[in-house]
Amino acid sequence: MTTGSTEKINGARAIIKCLELEGVDTIFGYPGGQIIPFYNELYDSDLRHILVRHEQAAAHAADGYARATGKTGVCVSTSGPGATNLVTGIATAYMDSVPIVALTGQVPQFMIGNDAFQEADIKGITQPITKHNYLVQDANELPRIMKEAFYIASTGRPGPVLIDLPKDIQISEIDFHYPEKVELRGYKPTYKGNLQQVKRAAEEIAKSFRPIIYAGGGVISSNAAAELVRFAETIMAPVTTTLTGIGSIPTEHPLNLGMLGMHGTKYANYAIQESDLVIAVGARFDDRVTGKLESFATNARVIHIDIDPAEISKNVPVNIPIVGDAKHILKALTKYVKCCNSEFWLAKIIEWKKEYPLSYRKETDVIKPQFVVEQISEVCKDAIIVTEVGQHQMWAAQYFKFSEPRTFLTSGGLGTMGYGYPAAIGAKVGRPDKLVVDISGDGSFQMNSQELATAVQNDIPVVAVIMNNGYLGMVRQWQELFFDRRYSCTDISGSVDFVKLAEAYGALGLRAEKPSEVRPAIEEAINSGRPAIVDVIIECEENVYPMVPAGAAINEILDLED
Amino acid sequence: MKHTLAVLVENRAGVLSRVAGLFSRRGYNIDSLAVGVTEEPDVSRMTIVVHGDDSVLEQVKKQLNKLVEVIKVSDLASEDAVERELALFKVAADESSRAEIMQITDIFRARIVDVGPKSVTVEVTGNEEKIMAIENLLQKFGIKEMVRTGKIAIARGSKKV
Ligand SMILES: Cc1ncc(C[n+]2csc(CCOP(=O)(O)OP(=O)(O)O)c2C)c(N)n1
Ligand SMILES: [Mg+2]
Repeated sequence: MTTGSTEKINGARAIIKCLELEGVDTIFGYPGGQIIPFYNELYDSDLRHILVRHEQAAAHAADGYARATGKTGVCVSTSGPGATNLVTGIATAYMDSVPIVALTGQVPQFMIGNDAFQEADIKGITQPITKHNYLVQDANELPRIMKEAFYIASTGRPGPVLIDLPKDIQISEIDFHYPEKVELRGYKPTYKGNLQQVKRAAEEIAKSFRPIIYAGGGVISSNAAAELVRFAETIMAPVTTTLTGIGSIPTEHPLNLGMLGMHGTKYANYAIQESDLVIAVGARFDDRVTGKLESFATNARVIHIDIDPAEISKNVPVNIPIVGDAKHILKALTKYVKCCNSEFWLAKIIEWKKEYPLSYRKETDVIKPQFVVEQISEVCKDAIIVTEVGQHQMWAAQYFKFSEPRTFLTSGGLGTMGYGYPAAIGAKVGRPDKLVVDISGDGSFQMNSQELATAVQNDIPVVAVIMNNGYLGMVRQWQELFFDRRYSCTDISGSVDFVKLAEAYGALGLRAEKPSEVRPAIEEAINSGRPAIVDVIIECEENVYPMVPAGAAINEILDLED
Repeated sequence: MKHTLAVLVENRAGVLSRVAGLFSRRGYNIDSLAVGVTEEPDVSRMTIVVHGDDSVLEQVKKQLNKLVEVIKVSDLASEDAVERELALFKVAADESSRAEIMQITDIFRARIVDVGPKSVTVEVTGNEEKIMAIENLLQKFGIKEMVRTGKIAIARGSKKV
């Protein structure tokens, strides 16, 4: 396909051509009155369209597709309620810096502002949750806007971009010409880190005795996992990751301390608190990571590598900022760093690891959720693990053994229940070669369970393992620990029979009620090659430990024994 | 601390709302905001007066820079910039007070731009201090209405933002 030539087509066709020129193969969406012209043109195109059952799922699926593949995900909806249904998915992608492009139908321009049927100001509504957004007012600008949208979504710090498409724009004829490149004078992300800063950082590292690398989701979005590991091995520094940074270093790597923060490992939290140098890479010092800011890593100097200058010194004062792409900078830094003085430090960390391992009380009659994750980890090596939000999410983060980036997809920043299942669908569509497992909660699954229909209709064999505790478990845990066990409105034991639910949709439904049934059920679900639910009845009042209470310093940790 | 920011933006619909939304969403305080087109027709310039400590200001600038339609953000230190604001005062006036109001107007190199049977309207341009000073003096006659543009500022000398 040439980009230079010009031809006359309507706006809807132009949008599809742009998608094709951007290399999009699959989109996720749901039609309606103001987006019919687009769907009409889609009818003749080779683009794969996954028809979801709720627009929120389209946005999450585009997000899961993007996180799993590294490409930009695309979702489509009609105006008004269709567009507002995308909002949670867009906000989820925004908080975790995931590149998606959302296309929304809009009432014809002459009706805008009149409270027309199914009119919503989606550009206004999504302004705070998109990296950028557009209302197309001239069909001739469509190609430029589409080009810019994909460029903005996927470059710099990635994020969602929304394009609102009035119906008249979709049907007007234009001379189609796709621009070769974008010209945005107000948007010029920095990729290469300042060499002077890189050298200063190298000097700082050479002086450090207790360095720690704190790696976030930025390492994964910049495809810098290999560079991270090489860097860590070069300076022999331990690595702790955020929730979204999981997968940037293999779980089993000797330098990996696992996750830090509220439900992080004790040794990761102790290590960062006692370090003399924190090397933050693509991470943003979120409150779930730092705990009480005033007591976070008080003895440490801080090097912060991030592509977004606004993250530097936002929460924690930074001594050496390096703005740019993590991959570039880690490569450069690895070249300049020399020796390391970390032997005593590493020895201490090994001691901590021995003394304070992640652990739970093993039992033979009831199913422990941590055991379930361990089983999934053994059976589903190298799978893409997607989660919902709650206790099960934390157990997945703590107990699954990851070996690659882009294999742990979870809503970190927004904490969106209902994210996992549709995101798993998106991930499986993007990576059909991979086994995709949604580690789910009984509460969260019900927030988008209608997507079972999407999986069945489109033959997307995603396995959902539901950790069924009959509770909104994470909230119940807080009520238990901080509100005198007053379980206000967190008992959801009257929920649906998930096995029957699966069957009603034409999916496979299995249940495990004893520890010995867990593994066979998971294996059967995988081997079926069909969309499947495994309903696992777990210990209902199990808590996630370790835990740092909100607002406490991150070395003030509650554990099982306390 | 008060700061005056000169913000060059794409001259497009919706940019003002994006900037205003950013300030309210992130809890930054705007003292005033003035916007108009520049010597380049496709660029608008906003002059935004904000207050906050250095770290807040740093964040304001960085967050503004993240907006795709923001081309450039400059912090204009008052010593190095010409700052102006325009205000209109509708002041109660009768035979006996009109002369005194005109005197004050002259001293401030302000102008009377409208005269009614019971009021006069005074136009004044200047920096914030000057406008506050004339406001104080006019107060005793009774200010029925006041309208101000918000500050605009430009760097001294040949320096461009
Ligand atoms: C959309 C949404 N609503 C509410 C919450 C608050 N919330 C956080 S965890 C949680 C409970 C989740 O329950 P479940 O999915 O059963 O997981 P569990 O904690 O029991 O493993 C709730 C209600 C949220 N994160 N997202
Ligand atoms: Mg639950």
